[in-house]
Amino acid sequence: MRRMMAAIVALMLLSLPAVHAVQPDEIMSDPAKEARARELSRELRCMVCQNQSIDDSDAPLARDLRLLVRERIAAGDSNGEVLDFLVARYGEFVLLKPRFERQTILLWLLAPLLLAAGGFALWRQNRRRSQSGAEVPMPPLTSDEEARLAALMTDEAKSS
Amino acid sequence: MIAEAGHYALVLALALALIQSFVPVIGARLRDPALMNVARSTALAQLLFVGASFIALVTLHVNSDFSVANVYENSHSMKPLIYKITGVWGNHEGSMLLWVSILALFGGLVAAFGNNLPLSLRAHVLAVQAWIASAFYLFILVTSNPFLRIVNPPIEGRDLNPVLQDIGLAVHPPMLYLGYVGFSISFSFAIAALIEGRIDAAWARWVRPWTLVAWIFLTLGIAMGSYWAYYELGWGGWWFWDPVENASLMPWLAGTALLHSALVMEKRNALKVWTILLSILTFSLSLLGTFLVRSGVITSVHAFANDPTRGVFILLILCLFIGGSLSLFAGRATSLKQGGLFAPISREGALVLNNLLLTVACAVVLFGTLYPLAMEMLADFKMSVGAPFYNLTFAPLFALLLLAVPFGPMLAWKRGDLLGVTQRLLAAGVAGLVIVALVWAWTRGGSALAPLAIGLGVFVIAGAVTDIVERTGLARLPFATVVHRARGLPRSAWGTAFAHAGLGVALIGIVCETTWNSEYIATMKPNDVAQVAGYDLKLDGLLERQGPNYREMIAQFNVSRGGEALSVMTPSKRSFTTRGSSTTEAALLTRGASQLYISLGDVTAEGGIAVRIYHKPMVLMIWWGPVLMAFGGMLSLSDRRLRVGAPKPARAKQRLQPAE
Repeated sequence: MRRMMAAIVALMLLSLPAVHAVQPDEIMSDPAKEARARELSRELRCMVCQNQSIDDSDAPLARDLRLLVRERIAAGDSNGEVLDFLVARYGEFVLLKPRFERQTILLWLLAPLLLAAGGFALWRQNRRRSQSGAEVPMPPLTSDEEARLAALMTDEAKSS
Repeated sequence: MIAEAGHYALVLALALALIQSFVPVIGARLRDPALMNVARSTALAQLLFVGASFIALVTLHVNSDFSVANVYENSHSMKPLIYKITGVWGNHEGSMLLWVSILALFGGLVAAFGNNLPLSLRAHVLAVQAWIASAFYLFILVTSNPFLRIVNPPIEGRDLNPVLQDIGLAVHPPMLYLGYVGFSISFSFAIAALIEGRIDAAWARWVRPWTLVAWIFLTLGIAMGSYWAYYELGWGGWWFWDPVENASLMPWLAGTALLHSALVMEKRNALKVWTILLSILTFSLSLLGTFLVRSGVITSVHAFANDPTRGVFILLILCLFIGGSLSLFAGRATSLKQGGLFAPISREGALVLNNLLLTVACAVVLFGTLYPLAMEMLADFKMSVGAPFYNLTFAPLFALLLLAVPFGPMLAWKRGDLLGVTQRLLAAGVAGLVIVALVWAWTRGGSALAPLAIGLGVFVIAGAVTDIVERTGLARLPFATVVHRARGLPRSAWGTAFAHAGLGVALIGIVCETTWNSEYIATMKPNDVAQVAGYDLKLDGLLERQGPNYREMIAQFNVSRGGEALSVMTPSKRSFTTRGSSTTEAALLTRGASQLYISLGDVTAEGGIAVRIYHKPMVLMIWWGPVLMAFGGMLSLSDRRLRVGAPKPARAKQRLQPAE
């Protein structure tokens, strides 16, 4: 009986070309679990698409992954366990939010490091400039500019 | 014949660009006005020839001349006229031709309206423009000729990718390119300044309007693209942190920083070196964007054209221009004298903070886009960087920036009074906090983040209003004086207020849409009723219809709320026979700033249809925000002070500029 059910389900899946993200037949009956599944789906990448989460993607593979996520949730896995399961199977590539580890340390720390470095540079420049004091004079005008300025001034004098 | 003429015109444009690359520079060396003026004529002639080439390609597409490979691959005789025209840039070759056409347009504009520029500066700017143009003409002619003929012309074309057969294609790429390529002008000005070794406040005044024009178009282009993705791709997402989107976001972030630092340079003669660097970086990021999209190095939902040989060519252009300009910068920047001292707490200081945050945000996007590529190549480690990463890194930076936005315009130049500004912003702050409390109470203590973010948005908007109120003296002066002062206020002050308020508006839209989006996914049969966010949507039935080059299935929904009929929505699915592919045409019903969104899935064996219905609260504010920003930009652009060559004011009184 179970085998027959499985066969029927498989047939149903085949007959439905997945053209959309989350299909009506995928939705879990428990709304809390479904919400978890959706939340997890947004963090998982559809590997055949580019930068689309499996929640957004309409590729058949994304559908398989969505079903897999729901299967794991139904089996009682926590969110962390579901992610571990998928990473063990498909590698870190599947995670849209990379884990904090050796290879990704620079990526994660970039913003705070840059902010600190920028802040430090500004602080030093400010100190140096307030020590060095006076404003630097404007560069002198070129002869062309002097001529133009003179012309403008005479214009102005005439018009007013 | 038309194809050959178009091809030849492009070759002539290349020849002109080569002349323009060298003659004016030599002229500047020899101080020969005649040689320097060559740039003006060649820039205008280039515009003429590239324009002719572009019109030739459009004509070929409109005539459905399938003996041209580009037309055969991307067009179909039954395609509606508008898509025959827009299809010209819906493919790699055509879009590159559009790119150089816009480059020539900007070059032509500088030549035509740059009469008040010093002659040698104009010569250098146009020469740098010609270097860029030559590289890209060569790229098109060598690797991506749109005018190639087919020996045995087919009778019918292969049609355009159906997703692109939309009015969005008519507007989005030209806008985006006007933005991308527009930044080439500030780049050319920066390089010219480095070559001449002279840079002053007048330089910033010449550069700012061009940067502003590019920024306005890029802002609108990105917003337009986002709205297009929202209604066309069929799942209501409007930003995916896709590499191609990031490619347009990076120049926008850098360009926004550039606008603000150029302001400091114009008003206070400070931040010169930084402004030059930003001009270089902004256009470099535009080039990087062109590379990412056009080479297919990162294939994404957008990149329809991939070809590695082209990638190598663009990479060479990229290295040449970025490497060349940065080494010139490294060599010459120290000779540029810094001026304009200011205390950390001042308008300049606020603009520096703006630049720091925008640059770091830009670096985060750059790293997020390129890091996975680098890791895969260098460490053989495959990883992904997607929306959840940016939500954790990019969003806090922007929150910080938005918190500072209302303070900036209210601080005085040179030395500001932070405490005083805080007091004046008290009302705005209280408005924000009241909204936080209200939203939090209304959602009965859901996540605290959403009410806080909305409060921040309200604070930014109220801050922009406060600035205008303060400047006009509303609430403390008689009404007639207020009107007089409001009219006397420089347009750029209004522009700032609108652009800053736009940020708050967009933030509120983003938060509302992501937090309170409700959805309904089910298989529906005729006469079934779906209930979403208080609306009843009854499926009346399904019908089929024949379009010009597709068949479509339409579902008709009657929308009502509390028993009162509101409207009829007709989402559809189109199948395009030539390409054997289909698109989903979502139906949208706008109610205030919110929208109902229906897109169709597949028909089931029992005669039902898979349906996805969303209610997206305040979603339109996401795009109203950028429109407000662009409007602010236009107001600022119309400011007299930015039109350097503006005719002299009639009354002598007006020559005095209001002190800000």
